Amino acid sequence: MKSLDELAKIKESRRAALKIREGVPSATEKAHVMMCGGAGCISSKCLEVVDAMKEALSKNGIAEQVQIILTGCMGPCDMGPVAIVYPDATFYRRLKPKDAEAIVEEHIMKGNLVQRLLYRAPGAKEPTPKVTDIDLFAKQKKIVLRNNFYIDPTSIEDYIANDGYAALGKALTQMQPAEIIEEVKKSGLRGRGGAGFSTGMKWGFTAAASGSPKYVVCNGDEGDPGAFMDRSVLEGDPHSVIEGMAICGRAIGAEQGYVYVRAEYPLAIERLDYAIQKARENGLLGKDILGTGFNFDIEIRIGAGAFVCGEETALLTSIEGKRGEPRPRPPFPANAGVWGKPTVLNNVETWANIPEIILKGAAAYAAIGTEKSKGTKVFALAGRINNTGIIEVPMGTTLREIVFEIGGGIPRKKAFKAVQTGGPSGGCIPADYLDTPVDYDSLGALGAIMGSGGMIVLDEDSCMVDIAKFFLDFVVDESCGKCSPCRIGTKRMYEILDNISKGKGKEGDIELLVELATTIKATALCGLGQTAPNPVLSTIRYFRKEYEEHIRDKKCACNVCELEE
Amino acid sequence: MSKVTLTIDGIQITVPKGATVLEAAEQAGIFIPTFCHDPQLSKPGACRICVVEIPGARNLPASCVTEATEGMVVNTASPAVIEARKTNLELLLANHPTDCLTCEKSGDCRLQEYAYFYGVKQGAFKGEKHNYPIEDDNPFIVRDMNKCILCGKCIRMCEEVQGNDVINFAYRGFNSIVTPAMGAHYADTEISNCVFCGGCVSVCPVGALSEKGMIGKGRRWEVKKVTTTCPYCGVGCQFDLNVKNGKVIGVTSTDGEVNGRALCVKGRFGYGFIHHPDRLTTPLIKKDGKFVEATWDEAVDLIVKKIGSIKEKCGPDALGLLSSARVTNEENYLMNKLARAVIGTNNIDHCARLCHAPTVAGMATAYGSGAMTNSFAEIPGADFILISGTNTTDTHPVAGAMIKQAARNGSTLVVVDPRKTELAKLAKYHLQIKSGTDIALFNGLANVIIAEGLCDKEFVNNRTEDFEAFKATVAKYTPEYVEGITGIRAETIREVALGYAKAKNASIFFTMGITQHICGTHNVFSIANLCMLCGQIGKESSGVNPLRGQNNVQGSCDMGALPVVYTGYQSITVEENRKKFAAAWNVQELPAKIGLTVGELLGECGKSIKGMYIMGENPVISDPDANQVMHELKKLDFLVVQDIFLTETAQFADVVLPGASFAEKDGTFTNTERHVQLVRKAIEPIGNSKPDWEIICMVATAMGYPMSYGSAAEIMDEVASLTPSYAGISFARLEKGSLQWPCLSADHPGTKFLHSGKFARGLGKFHAVEHIPPDELPDNEYPFILSTGRRRYHYHTGTMTQRTGALEVFYPTEYLEVSCPDAEKLGVCDGDRVRVASRRGQVEVAVKITDTVVPGLVFTSFQYPDVPINRLTNPARDPISKIPDLKVCAVKIDKVG
Ligand SMILES: Cc1cc2nc3c(=O)[nH]c(=O)nc-3n(C[C@H](O)[C@H](O)[C@H](O)COP(=O)(O)O)c2cc1C
Ligand code: SF4
Ligand code: FES
Repeated sequence: MKSLDELAKIKESRRAALKIREGVPSATEKAHVMMCGGAGCISSKCLEVVDAMKEALSKNGIAEQVQIILTGCMGPCDMGPVAIVYPDATFYRRLKPKDAEAIVEEHIMKGNLVQRLLYRAPGAKEPTPKVTDIDLFAKQKKIVLRNNFYIDPTSIEDYIANDGYAALGKALTQMQPAEIIEEVKKSGLRGRGGAGFSTGMKWGFTAAASGSPKYVVCNGDEGDPGAFMDRSVLEGDPHSVIEGMAICGRAIGAEQGYVYVRAEYPLAIERLDYAIQKARENGLLGKDILGTGFNFDIEIRIGAGAFVCGEETALLTSIEGKRGEPRPRPPFPANAGVWGKPTVLNNVETWANIPEIILKGAAAYAAIGTEKSKGTKVFALAGRINNTGIIEVPMGTTLREIVFEIGGGIPRKKAFKAVQTGGPSGGCIPADYLDTPVDYDSLGALGAIMGSGGMIVLDEDSCMVDIAKFFLDFVVDESCGKCSPCRIGTKRMYEILDNISKGKGKEGDIELLVELATTIKATALCGLGQTAPNPVLSTIRYFRKEYEEHIRDKKCACNVCELEE
Repeated sequence: MSKVTLTIDGIQITVPKGATVLEAAEQAGIFIPTFCHDPQLSKPGACRICVVEIPGARNLPASCVTEATEGMVVNTASPAVIEARKTNLELLLANHPTDCLTCEKSGDCRLQEYAYFYGVKQGAFKGEKHNYPIEDDNPFIVRDMNKCILCGKCIRMCEEVQGNDVINFAYRGFNSIVTPAMGAHYADTEISNCVFCGGCVSVCPVGALSEKGMIGKGRRWEVKKVTTTCPYCGVGCQFDLNVKNGKVIGVTSTDGEVNGRALCVKGRFGYGFIHHPDRLTTPLIKKDGKFVEATWDEAVDLIVKKIGSIKEKCGPDALGLLSSARVTNEENYLMNKLARAVIGTNNIDHCARLCHAPTVAGMATAYGSGAMTNSFAEIPGADFILISGTNTTDTHPVAGAMIKQAARNGSTLVVVDPRKTELAKLAKYHLQIKSGTDIALFNGLANVIIAEGLCDKEFVNNRTEDFEAFKATVAKYTPEYVEGITGIRAETIREVALGYAKAKNASIFFTMGITQHICGTHNVFSIANLCMLCGQIGKESSGVNPLRGQNNVQGSCDMGALPVVYTGYQSITVEENRKKFAAAWNVQELPAKIGLTVGELLGECGKSIKGMYIMGENPVISDPDANQVMHELKKLDFLVVQDIFLTETAQFADVVLPGASFAEKDGTFTNTERHVQLVRKAIEPIGNSKPDWEIICMVATAMGYPMSYGSAAEIMDEVASLTPSYAGISFARLEKGSLQWPCLSADHPGTKFLHSGKFARGLGKFHAVEHIPPDELPDNEYPFILSTGRRRYHYHTGTMTQRTGALEVFYPTEYLEVSCPDAEKLGVCDGDRVRVASRRGQVEVAVKITDTVVPGLVFTSFQYPDVPINRLTNPARDPISKIPDLKVCAVKIDKVG
């Protein structure tokens, strides 16, 4: 593709072909079935449903008139496999292969919705057939996951039809590099990888840094246990990341990008690889992009799945082919990143926001969210909650809204106890703070963090000592071992906690934990160690009584810990 | 340079911008503990013991990696800092054995020191400890990973200094461990790639790594450290001899000027010969074919009597002296004086004949000096490095490591060698030429450079002569023609030529692969030509660098242990020189007749040569056609051998004099890059042995020429007074740091690189030289080429390295390197014994199949008395320098049994 015109033409022709997904019936096609191909639905065997549906279509002789498309994660994983059938945008859930025939023969051929497969809101009598009417989705705001209901992740045309690469076109033809950076700064976008640093500022530093060449890196390591936001983006909409990175390349003067993805995400790697190939074929990566003289290309680097490799300096070291170990900062990647060159490193989700900001403008983006946290955030809901899966909400949405409205509350009428955010670097927020708006600063003030978006809901049966132990166990395993506070300190903390949980705790153990935690936080080399004690500290802060019960009374009120004797 | 001012613990201090807080604190004399930090290695900032408090910082930053900034306020001893350091130490101790009572490192252990300083006791955090088996299966290094605090210095030392990557961290978190690949031991060298340089041991702050030989031999505080210069190769590393109760118990790194803390396996672990029971402790006189112990007086009397009578009967030229590249400058100088002033002959030579005589002949003719033009310290500045005929990582390991570092840091490395050496594997270009075709190759490179118009015309016009004849000669050496001779693709020749010509700074290094040929001197000319052609000489990091083999081969040549020159290459043929030395030496006149070389001396045994005095040389093993050498020595009327062991050569002696080793005397060695460095006495001479210089004084005096010096320093003063290039050198100056000659006066700083602005001889001289095929090529009867060389673990004829209790244990036998196709043809496997025979002799040796040699070529070292390979080698000599062709001889190979 050598010009914006060509891009516009593709968009136009593809848009026409996709009208059906906007609810406009088509003369030639009966339906588009968007089958969720996210991790949750794959594990609940959506591919078998696809096969069954293909069979039913052929049997009825309408295979030519119906498209079945595997999308990225649609979010409501616990209801999987889920699907949306266009043009009427009907949402089906908990599909089994045997349901395929009904959908084909009743819904697609005769126009009768299959009632038993429709979504019913908790307590509601009537089902809600249309996806846009479903409360769960209605309360969300989709920017990052804007395309997951609509496009085929393997089709660059689908992406283009939904405004894909228009932002890149704009950045290349209508904006100066400095203006791009300014726009990103004004949007208020902060890094979604956990630390929440201003993305625009990061780009600004890198642009200003001396040294060349410069590099653009996407962090797709996603190591928080239970998190799969980034995976959903890479699998469902890989071009959004590519486009965001290319825009940054233009802004900072880089011609090479790297996407670092963990090896445990083979589908994400495959989709991204394919997308990169398609982008190259279409002249959207490579030399002289859109005929503007701008060059940019992307390589995938596959990580071996160590949690610490998500830490930016470790990731850069790993890209260089060395053992993925953090190095001291400063120098920050902006000045000394890959091969010691100035580098912008952002998280997958951060990248996916960029095209929207450039296309629709910083002001529109900054209108969403709170004063200091703009835009939306994707979360992975897990634990004792009805609707587990992926959600995207505006910054500032309260925990209560997330847990009880979008998440559908706690199963089996149990009492809510706390929500854990930020995974092994984060903390627990107890019920008293349910009305806290979810933004970087409010969560930080409570001793938790936004983190990358993991949210684990705990109910009255969850033992907090056990939760702390779970996360500490994780960091003991994942500590890279380079610095002694983290390497030995977390191990010793774990041993103390383990003793407490087994009823072998002693007076003074809590104080010892706090003392160790303080030193580790203050002296560890990288973010892993510096935050590793957080789950312990925050549970001690809000649930000290539970610790004391284990130590003094040798008892676990939730009957989770196996006390010896 | 801009500066920043900061305040540390209330003290204002100004440091260069870019300095770390740790460096600033050190400058202010403020103590900050460190484990992982090392000023010469990269900075991981890992151990976190060096944390400090900086108001405004989010946590306690590590001072070793925090840059000092203007106005910064630092507190190195606030309660938070002390608390953090104590906890850090408690954590380390919680995972550390408690055997300080018997730990080798006690007294020199940082963990111990800091625990003491901060009053930290063990036991705060009891929990799981590791229990790794101790690695003790090699004779050099013991590894106890239970004591490791994972500072990673050993890893960085190995990677950044040795260039070897033997070890790295494996596993994660609490299970992290430093280990060679796949959990191998160091001793599994095929996997670990370890060369036992011991760099890791030298940086370990705790007792995890120890020198095996030192275990149980003495507490660190009981040991006296004497800094001295290594007695092995020409690199001239410095180290500390560790002495307890008059015994050398080990070697540890010092911060050597040439080598830093790097050493090779021989330097660090090869000291065992000093106290070996085989050391000669008393003079011996042969009676009825058997040696009997004698007093010094008896031995010296006999020498005086015998030498006197030979001189009387046949004249002084019936006597020959072999000096030694192993002993000090002062001793070589006295040997020179003994020959010329006392006995009255120029028949003095030494083993430099066997290595770099062509270099001295070739480079001296072309440039006016035969020495390395540059220094090791200039290696990093060379963007193009060409190595020819030198297996540097084996023969000059520490220099080899420097070349490896340069290649790692991006310099283009080209290796010319028929063998696939370690450097060849790292090189961008490995030109695996047919043995003995170097001239063709260098002429070919010159051909391309001239054809491409890349020759440095200005340099050639202003600073050289005889260019036209050279140009005419190389005209026929087109890359295609050269491909036919050398076997190197024309295209490759072109690329290398362009790379050399276009490099900013190109350095060439070579050793015996260039010199030990019948065309050795011409080989050197062809290299000298190339440098001049491109003006790649006479400036920093650009030049020709013959790596000299022995610790003091440069010095022994400098001191005039050669048949035609006095000290500093002042020719005996110049009357003025003879007069000058005669006056200084207080004799009427000095002989003018050019003396005989090693080979000629041996050849004349029993004919014109009746008696010899050999100091510290072992020609029976080192010289070509060794059978012949033994035969010749037997013909002498009288032979004196002065050595530290009863060598193969000493066996033939009538009188054996026990010399003192380098550890037992003062003196100087001059390394291959002209660095004159001190050798310091660490212990008294063993038994009744004496420093060689004292022995020579005794003999001279007994011969009626009073010779006595109060110290080695006085001898050097005499050398300086007679030798312009050493004029500014004195022990007093050397105490402050080594000096590189030429050092023309007491305030001259010495010379880093030669020929700046002007060649030593004035104009550089081109020599038109043609390819000359080796003297003996393979034929049907003797179908293989045998090439000889050296091994990293052994030195020269093995006299010392076979007696260390370590080197010979680890590397006990020699083998013959054979390519896989040849092994198949011969029907032999690894370890099978074969008989290798040339037209002159045969030996038996075990086979090792490797890819370092190409089919048709076999290789072994001359360092094993039980594989006396020089019985086979060809004594055909270079007509100019008289070096024998030790690199090419035709052999046949048969399986034994
Ligand atoms: C132990 C550790 C693990 C991390 N893992 C990830 C990760 O998996 N993905 C990610 O984007 N950021 C991760 N981060 C954060 C990165 O270091 C970095 O801040 C982030 O990728 C920057 O991108 P952003 O500004 O877009 O957030 C991790 C940080 C730490 C300390
Ligand atoms: S804090 Fe932990 S993960 Fe980070 S460098 Fe230290 S040991 Fe490695
Ligand atoms: S000495 Fe600074 S972190 Fe180790």
